[in-house]
Amino acid sequence: MFIADYSAKNIYDEMFSNEGFPRKSYDFVKTKMESLGGIELLKRSSSAERALMSLGITFTLYGDGGEQERIMPFDVIPRIVPSEEWINIEKGLKQRILALNLFLNDIYGEQKILKDKIIPRDIIESSTGFLKQCIGLKPPKDIWIHITGTDLVRDGAGKFHVLEDNLRCPSGVSYVLENREVMKRTFPELFEKLNIRQVYDYPYHLRSMLENLTDASDPVIAVWTPGVYNSAYYEHSFLAQKMGVYLVEGSDLVVENHKVYMKTTKGLRKVDVVYRRIDDTFMDPSSFREDSLLGVKGIFEAYKRGNVALANAPGTGVADDKVIYSYVPKIIKYYLGEDSIIPNVPTYLCSEDSDLKYVLDNIHNLVVKAANGAGGYGMIIGPKSSKQEQEDFKELIKADPRNYIAQPVLNLSTVPTLISDKIESRHVDLRPFILYGKDIYVMPGGLTRVALRKGSLVVNSSQGGGSKDTWVLG
Amino acid sequence: MLSRVAESVFWMNRYIERAENYSRFIDVNHQLSLDLNEEVPNQWLPLVHTTGDYELFAKKYSETSPVNVIRFMTFDEENPNSIFQCLSKARENARTIRENISTSMWEVLNEFYLYVKDYRKLYLETNGDHGDTLSMGLSDFLSTVRKSCQSFYGCSDATISHDEVWNFALLGRFLERADKTTRILDMKYFILLPSVHDVGSTLDLLQWLSLLKSASAHEMYNRRYKKIDPTDIAEFLILNDTFPRSIIFCIQEMQEALEKISGLKEGLPRNSAQDATTVYLNRLRSENIKSIFDKGLHEYLDDIQIELNQIGSKIVERFFTN
Repeated sequence: MFIADYSAKNIYDEMFSNEGFPRKSYDFVKTKMESLGGIELLKRSSSAERALMSLGITFTLYGDGGEQERIMPFDVIPRIVPSEEWINIEKGLKQRILALNLFLNDIYGEQKILKDKIIPRDIIESSTGFLKQCIGLKPPKDIWIHITGTDLVRDGAGKFHVLEDNLRCPSGVSYVLENREVMKRTFPELFEKLNIRQVYDYPYHLRSMLENLTDASDPVIAVWTPGVYNSAYYEHSFLAQKMGVYLVEGSDLVVENHKVYMKTTKGLRKVDVVYRRIDDTFMDPSSFREDSLLGVKGIFEAYKRGNVALANAPGTGVADDKVIYSYVPKIIKYYLGEDSIIPNVPTYLCSEDSDLKYVLDNIHNLVVKAANGAGGYGMIIGPKSSKQEQEDFKELIKADPRNYIAQPVLNLSTVPTLISDKIESRHVDLRPFILYGKDIYVMPGGLTRVALRKGSLVVNSSQGGGSKDTWVLG
Repeated sequence: MLSRVAESVFWMNRYIERAENYSRFIDVNHQLSLDLNEEVPNQWLPLVHTTGDYELFAKKYSETSPVNVIRFMTFDEENPNSIFQCLSKARENARTIRENISTSMWEVLNEFYLYVKDYRKLYLETNGDHGDTLSMGLSDFLSTVRKSCQSFYGCSDATISHDEVWNFALLGRFLERADKTTRILDMKYFILLPSVHDVGSTLDLLQWLSLLKSASAHEMYNRRYKKIDPTDIAEFLILNDTFPRSIIFCIQEMQEALEKISGLKEGLPRNSAQDATTVYLNRLRSENIKSIFDKGLHEYLDDIQIELNQIGSKIVERFFTN
């Protein structure tokens, strides 16, 4: 085994250039790992796994052998983003969030962008994320998207693109923070030598962003979780704990006189800000889905009256519809008069006839995704699919063209990754987290997700992906 | 604090306390059985009676062999009170209230659970039903369980604020402990001596001694009393107000926790859970061991259990449901 045998051909590798030389930002890490040697690296890797296990950062698998608790696979070889690249990413993400927020204000307000025919009205109105109930709504401080997790990928030339915006309940930030803690224990010598930008204060930024949403002097803040069986429950409780706020379930909350209260041992107590990790339509059975057992009756009305702040605001889903995503460069231009700093991935809209024809003819070369799909579901990766799968998917597209977009298959960049006892190249993406409060804060780094299966481009944890610590240097 | 959280904290502590007590029960009984010869009647059945789970046991196992009882009380998945189940539930409760406890508390509990889970797997795979290998490692396992419970308590004590969460933790811990002390004392009721002539015999004393050990009370008892005597033992475990496992001590602690929870100092109205505890504590304080024995120890212990259950339901009513 070792890094000397590693090769990454015909692809953008984060650690090595095509000529096989380590990139400048990786120089120290590569030298250090070589001097540690394979056995020591494996030893540290398994001690990192043990640490994650005893911290209980696990998810549960249900299968033949009964319940099995597993940690989210974690790879100890870090992914490094040089600071000169990061500066640009940070700028680009701020620009994007600012523009998307203005867009939401407009869409649920005057709808100027529709009147000016920058985006077709029917695309907005047919989006499942567009909530009529939110029309005319004024969220506190005019902010809709408080927490964003934007997915970035590099193309074959190493250029970053936005793959998608996650503007509803993006998860994964707890892994970023826990991975970092584990990495500090695993490679203290790297942290001593390198100037790695820290991420541990994220929960403080999050809390002060939430406090910014209310005028109450000593606000009661709660993270709202669907409950212990939700796959992101660990993250919900982690964030509540780190922020020192309440973690509530729907059944802990009640609305009286259009105010939100939680049930405590001393009776009802008013709640001022809710960071909800529950979907829009499950939030309130009296305004949205009647069958929601997780929701709280009347919370939406309380929100509309300004008696409670919700983060993210209901209705933000319209802006991360994958069809509307393709308009983001235009959205940025329209509201800010600027060109977008981080480009989108070229996108074909099946709702447009010429694009539809191209997609149907070239499906074997494209990635096709449902406009509201998430977690790697509702999609097809052309080159990796069978003829039959392609035919079946074409039928789905033809039946509901509005619901599908297509993109060229990107040759996602790779990072050396420890696979059993070898170092092999695996594809990665990057999800930085952005908070919009008094200012816009971008966490330096973010969650690097790794597709652990050889050659696979699917990084979602629900599809067997793992993660890596992400280092922004300098 | 949230009612749901209060309830989970309460139960998390009850389960930990229960696991600790079970580990001691089994260990003491195991040690006792090693001291006795084969003519002495079955020492294991009374243990199952004491825990109140005899019916479930009888349904599952045809024989009260040591292997069966130990397996039932340590690793049985269907026994809601086995050490394994207690740990699983304590951890599940902890998971739902993690934001209220410290990371080190969670880590102690999580590692403890993983230890019991792994040990159980090993035990079921290697020991199976072979009685001869039963004793191997059992004492070490049980001792690790006790130490882990205590490090959980120590860790709670030192790493979380002694506020409402803490007081609900104490409430759960001491309610459970009081209940288990009554059961330890009552164990003697179920342990039959070969004949009435054996009252006061070595065997009789050995059994009483094992009760003291089951309550971890052996050394403290010796400091206070000079010889092993049933009346003294009962007095110590019921009425000694400085020994942390005596019934009166547990009720004192509960009363104090309830007072802090209700914020008596803030002039809030008293509640029924608090009232019931105070009334009962005053009654205990007015009692002496002679009157207790006159009434009959077994009957008296039954009464305490009823009393504790009532206090328990009042806590549920007042704080957990709204």
